[in-house]
Amino acid sequence: MTAVVATNETILVVGGGISGMTAALEAAETGKRVVLVEKRPYLGGRVSQLYKYFPKLCFPTCGLEINQRRAKQNPNLTILTMAEVTGLTGAKGNYTATVKLSPRYVNANCTACGDCAKAVTAEFDDEYNYGLGKRKGAYLPYRMAHPARYVLDPAIIGTPDAERAKAACRYDAIDLEMQEETIDFPCGAVIWATGWKPYDAAKIQPYGYDRFANVITSVEFERMADPTGPTGGKLVRPSDGKEAKKVAFIQCAGSRDRNHLLHCSRICCMASFKQCTYVIDAFGADAQINVYYIDLRAIDRFEDFYQKVRANQNIRFIKSKPASITQDKDGSPVVHGVDTEGYQRFAEPHDLVVLAIGMEPSVDPASFPVPIVLNREGFIETDSANGGVFAAGGAADALDVNRAVQHATGAALRAIQVVNSVARAEV
Amino acid sequence: MGELNTAMIERYRNSFLKEVEANVEEGEWVKMCMQCGVCSGSCPLGKFWEHPPQEIFMMIRAGKREAVLQSESVWMCTSCYNCIVRCPRELPITHIMHGLAHYAKRLGLVPKTNPTAKFAQMFWDNLMVKGRINELKLGLALYFMNGFGDGIKVALKNQKLGMAMMKTGRMNPKEAFGGHAVKDLAGFHKVLKKAQELEDARIAQNGPPAGA
Repeated sequence: MTAVVATNETILVVGGGISGMTAALEAAETGKRVVLVEKRPYLGGRVSQLYKYFPKLCFPTCGLEINQRRAKQNPNLTILTMAEVTGLTGAKGNYTATVKLSPRYVNANCTACGDCAKAVTAEFDDEYNYGLGKRKGAYLPYRMAHPARYVLDPAIIGTPDAERAKAACRYDAIDLEMQEETIDFPCGAVIWATGWKPYDAAKIQPYGYDRFANVITSVEFERMADPTGPTGGKLVRPSDGKEAKKVAFIQCAGSRDRNHLLHCSRICCMASFKQCTYVIDAFGADAQINVYYIDLRAIDRFEDFYQKVRANQNIRFIKSKPASITQDKDGSPVVHGVDTEGYQRFAEPHDLVVLAIGMEPSVDPASFPVPIVLNREGFIETDSANGGVFAAGGAADALDVNRAVQHATGAALRAIQVVNSVARAEV
Repeated sequence: MGELNTAMIERYRNSFLKEVEANVEEGEWVKMCMQCGVCSGSCPLGKFWEHPPQEIFMMIRAGKREAVLQSESVWMCTSCYNCIVRCPRELPITHIMHGLAHYAKRLGLVPKTNPTAKFAQMFWDNLMVKGRINELKLGLALYFMNGFGDGIKVALKNQKLGMAMMKTGRMNPKEAFGGHAVKDLAGFHKVLKKAQELEDARIAQNGPPAGA
């Protein structure tokens, strides 16, 4: 049985992405007890799946490494992975949280040596790479995963693969008898940092994401650009593996559209500019990039980055929301539309189309496990009716990493005020 | 109609957008257009339009009154609804196009040779007689729209289709003698008369002063 030491002066953080990690660490470093609950087997969330950050084009691994070290060093922080909050009762300053822990089938003896992965044969779609590659049934979710501990896919339990993994382990780290557990523990305040998910691109029917192999989403392109990703950092067409030199970026794929997401997702313009640099880095003068947009929103300090990208002769900006995508006989996606500047019709073939997909809240409003006030887009509102539950980062709005981290720090302060008042240290 | 045209020009001298909002069906939506262009790209007849819908909306805002109301473009819409389905702001684009065409007709600004306008009038006149479309008469009128010789040619070309329609009961040669009607023809005419009165009253609010 997993035991969690907690009181009503404990802060519960739901979600271990960049916002949840930040909120948990900021609170724990002030001396508060914090329990961090993460659904995935590791911390870092979607930031761990990014190749580079905009606008500095530096690597997210750098900041994640710092945060992971902070997490390891802090005795106030308890991390529960493969865990989901299923209920919350009580009131501000006096909650009881119910958390479901899924079995990892690997205990703390694991040294991440990888022998179990070599022993098993079954392969599964790799979630970390958005299904672009395969992973084994015994796997380390990604190379920098924290906790650095392997996971067995529940689908191999009861198969010879599970026995093979167990036999291969020299550290007695594999426990095939592990069961799902549900635990309850008290907490005084909750930081809800469940983040976002990419909008389902297949719902944008005219763009044919579900029909054309060479129409992919921006999050998939990000994995493709990563040298440790499914293509080894090569920008290629999924259909035939040929180099993708002529690339279209379609902005507002799902965002700012009453048929899809009502809001502007804020990150997609900058994300596409960043991804333009990936194509330029890969192919130099042979790169041909078309960015199709309604309007470009590179706010405040991002303007410089936009101007830099705009100055590149190989990148064209076309003011048009494309109407549809078809596929020619070579499997090349053809983008159709009308250019607002001059009202010219175009039908432009590309090697690859990247949909700058919108962000939607990762928790479905209808199945929120705790009572909470949401806005019409499904993001958490700042509302006194939420009591001691505070949103952080992507659960509160479509935010980039920088703003999500600032927002999470704010949420940590709000939670600290609640537990301080429980402790009568603050009124 | 010339008088109404002059009055409307007077009233909305500097704002064609306001004129459209007040007088064109669904015209109040025009200002919601964000010029993304998805409608123009989605139109199956798009390449035949002089001005695609997105451009029409911009022209309205730019006050290009004559260019819009005398344009052939607004008559190109076939009501496929592709644009409405895809518009990220849910503008009823199809309805606005028909609204503009209707308003242009009322003001007497329709291009004289526009075939869609001509056919629309034919359809309307045909419908008014019995409250139901007389396929035979409408079909023939359409064939002979551009003169007798042309009509014979079109009729011969579509002979097979015509025969098939007769065989399946979609077209009845007896329709040539009067044709079938709605049950309450007088009531039907009364409904339309009332609708006409209501619309006239609405437009008159903005039109020339009484007795002018």
